[in-house]
Amino acid sequence: MNAIRSKVSRRMFLKASAVTGGGLMLSFSVPAFAALGPTEATLNAYVRIAADGIVTIAAKNPEVGQGIKTSLPMIIAEELDVDWKNVRIEMAAVDGDKYGVQSAGGSTSIPRNWDTLRRVGAAGRQMLVSAAAKTLKVPASELTTSGGNVIHAASKRSLSYGALAATAATVPVPDLKTVALKDPTAFKIIGQRTKDIDGPKIVTGQPLFGIDVSVPGMLYAVYEKCPVFGGTVASANLDEVKAMPGVRHAFIVAGTLAPGEVNLGAGLAGGVAIVADTWWQAKTARGKLRVEWKEPASKSQSSVGFAARAAELAKQKPELSVRTDGDVDAALKGAAKVITASYSYPFLAHAAMEPQNATAHFKDGKVEIWVPSQNPAAGRAQAAKALGMDEKDVLVHMIRGGGGFGRRLTCEFMAEAAWISREAGVPVKLLWTREDDMRHDHYRPGGFHTLTAGIDASGKLIALRDHFQTYGSDGKFANSANLGADIFPAEFVPNLDYSASFMPLGTPTGPMRAPRSNALAMVFQSFLDEVAHAAGRDPLEFHLELLSEHRAKSPTPLPFDSARMSAVLKLVTEKAGWGKRELPKGTGMGLAYYFSHSGYVAHVAEVTVTPDVPLSVNAVKINKVWAVADVGSHIVNPSGAENQMQGAVLDGIAQVMGQEITIARGSTVQGNFDTYTALRMKQAAPVEVHFLLSNNPPTGLGEPALPPTLPAIANAIFAASGQRLRDIPLNKSIRGTAAV
Amino acid sequence: MAYTLNINGVNHAVDVDEATPLLWVLRDVLDMKGTKFGCGSGLCGACTVHLNGVAVRACSTPVSGVGTAAISTIEGMAEHPVGKKVQDAWLEIDVAQCGYCQAGQIMSATALLAQTPKPTDADIDAHMSGNICRCATYNRIRTAIKLAAGETKGA
Repeated sequence: MNAIRSKVSRRMFLKASAVTGGGLMLSFSVPAFAALGPTEATLNAYVRIAADGIVTIAAKNPEVGQGIKTSLPMIIAEELDVDWKNVRIEMAAVDGDKYGVQSAGGSTSIPRNWDTLRRVGAAGRQMLVSAAAKTLKVPASELTTSGGNVIHAASKRSLSYGALAATAATVPVPDLKTVALKDPTAFKIIGQRTKDIDGPKIVTGQPLFGIDVSVPGMLYAVYEKCPVFGGTVASANLDEVKAMPGVRHAFIVAGTLAPGEVNLGAGLAGGVAIVADTWWQAKTARGKLRVEWKEPASKSQSSVGFAARAAELAKQKPELSVRTDGDVDAALKGAAKVITASYSYPFLAHAAMEPQNATAHFKDGKVEIWVPSQNPAAGRAQAAKALGMDEKDVLVHMIRGGGGFGRRLTCEFMAEAAWISREAGVPVKLLWTREDDMRHDHYRPGGFHTLTAGIDASGKLIALRDHFQTYGSDGKFANSANLGADIFPAEFVPNLDYSASFMPLGTPTGPMRAPRSNALAMVFQSFLDEVAHAAGRDPLEFHLELLSEHRAKSPTPLPFDSARMSAVLKLVTEKAGWGKRELPKGTGMGLAYYFSHSGYVAHVAEVTVTPDVPLSVNAVKINKVWAVADVGSHIVNPSGAENQMQGAVLDGIAQVMGQEITIARGSTVQGNFDTYTALRMKQAAPVEVHFLLSNNPPTGLGEPALPPTLPAIANAIFAASGQRLRDIPLNKSIRGTAAV
Repeated sequence: MAYTLNINGVNHAVDVDEATPLLWVLRDVLDMKGTKFGCGSGLCGACTVHLNGVAVRACSTPVSGVGTAAISTIEGMAEHPVGKKVQDAWLEIDVAQCGYCQAGQIMSATALLAQTPKPTDADIDAHMSGNICRCATYNRIRTAIKLAAGETKGA
């Protein structure tokens, strides 16, 4: 829940140059932004303008479906004051000195870049105005700009940016901090529904994604790792594999991980590489591979075991206190009513549609890597370290990724591809199978919560306790398995106690779309709904009252504005007709809200439950979801933003209905979409999206619409059927501690 | 084994093992990257192509089973009377998020509309449920199919 402030990066690179050069031409062209066309001039690290007025803008951050390759350049184009139809977009080079942080995570791209990129565009505009002042011999103050032209109204003269670009590249570079910005009421690009820049390539099947990269002379690789994380190769039948058709190389990679290390970002995991003329041959040869593994002790772990252990821990004193306000025990003793419940949720895989891959070419002590990554600089550092190389000798190209959801924040496959290329002595494309992808993920951690609440005679929440049974050891949470002291309703309940107990885990965990929030929203927003019903109160009225009493803790109150949350909750319930529409028997509405990644989001779900049958996926039909977000003063691209909201809500529906990764024998059980269910067309409810603009800096939308989806559905199921969903998913195979 | 494949109206001679799935012949032998690998088991639909106009999963179709059937891929849809409408509708509605599954979605939608020019919601559910979109652009896919079918834009 960190508030993000926009500021001009100290590392902002803004240097004018007008040079020509050429890029490495591959069968799949990957232009580096610095490669200039013959008539182009560079205004700064982001903007090139050609003599014909075509403006090329660098997209600084990785694109994995969140639309940032379109929306960040829109911000620059707005302040540069050009026509969007004359804008072309290229992926930027991976260069922190020029572009600062280049990652796609935490819904941070918009808040981190909004102000900076406006200034980048405005600086470019100012340089063009200066060039026009010089050319026309008039004061810059008499000049205006519009649609890629500088205009001198007094003399009715106008010069196109194309004509001015070469001169503009020679004028002094303005100070970003003091450059004049547009009045937002004059915005012509920001706030307009704008189509994804790669749409035409997507619908015609042109090469675009990491998997589509081709390098001359390239061979194809597969890489088999131990099903138990942290395992290494004892021996393998390499001779038999090498005899298979098309196989050029087969070798054991010892790996660089310390014993017991399972963090995917820590280095290179051991395994067996097979390199062949085609990927199909490499994969077919892998079918003959027999490996003797050295397995770590975590091979005894299982989801069944974790559920049993969590049930034991729930009865014991918590290991770690996370937050204590007031006196929960005393408040519960004096409470008019006490409500208890246990909740659980499973591990989840990211399961992006494009399986993990990287193409690497090791040559003369240097390696070039093409990768769909959410965090290419981190992947470069990991690859360099694993290969014992200097980072400057690792050149990384950002390629559009077929989904990310947090998985591609760690790209150990870059190190794998680089290692295999070095050892095989050829460029290789390493492509994982779907099963590799699902069984070698850093999973959204599962978790178990034991909750107690007390209400007073007026139905007010006076005490709340959560004992979280989670993964970790020595008092430390596993990655993304933590409960923060700031999690709502902290600071809104006078007596509150959050605590945790730990289970050691040999499976890597990591961030997944709205990490932590994607699980905690389900628990807290469902339980608060239980409390509202136990108090005999309408959930909307209950929550508006709860949100009205923020007991901010000085000196560092939460960066959470409950008035913004109340406003989105009021708007979404109004749009859904909460309490106003007559619903048929068996149909009900649920509401939920959540604050994450600086975004305020509330949903209402309408659900119909088949009566008189056990709750199941087939018995629950989601009729519609209404979604409202407040992510600040501007929605940069309403088309992309609406798409993110709808996708996040449907992602949440998939999670609550059917997704579950289980562990048996220290390994991931599910390997493909037959056992790990994805949402399909027939389950995709309509999602109606609204944005509430507020006077706050714009923030990101990749994540915050997901968390409240799950409890909105669960609360609607309760309203429709009286049945409370506490263990998700609905088709759960392994029951947790909850009493259903 | 030598095969002659008719792809988007053009014959291509290839020499590959008979068990090689059509997907990998398209992608790695013929360098047609539009058809995507998603699951390798016919579960996700990312590799959907047409054989004589019928949507099939190229990852689970061995090259030896294709015979003389006319193969259509996403690269040929701009020349396909229905496929072009579907592509245009996809752009108009701005369907894609990551875009990886969309070639397969367009191939399935084209096969649907070629057979059922005015599909109902139930037709769309039944025909499109073999194609996973992990970004969950399903609301827009439905709208785009209706647009391509000549219905009004609103879903």
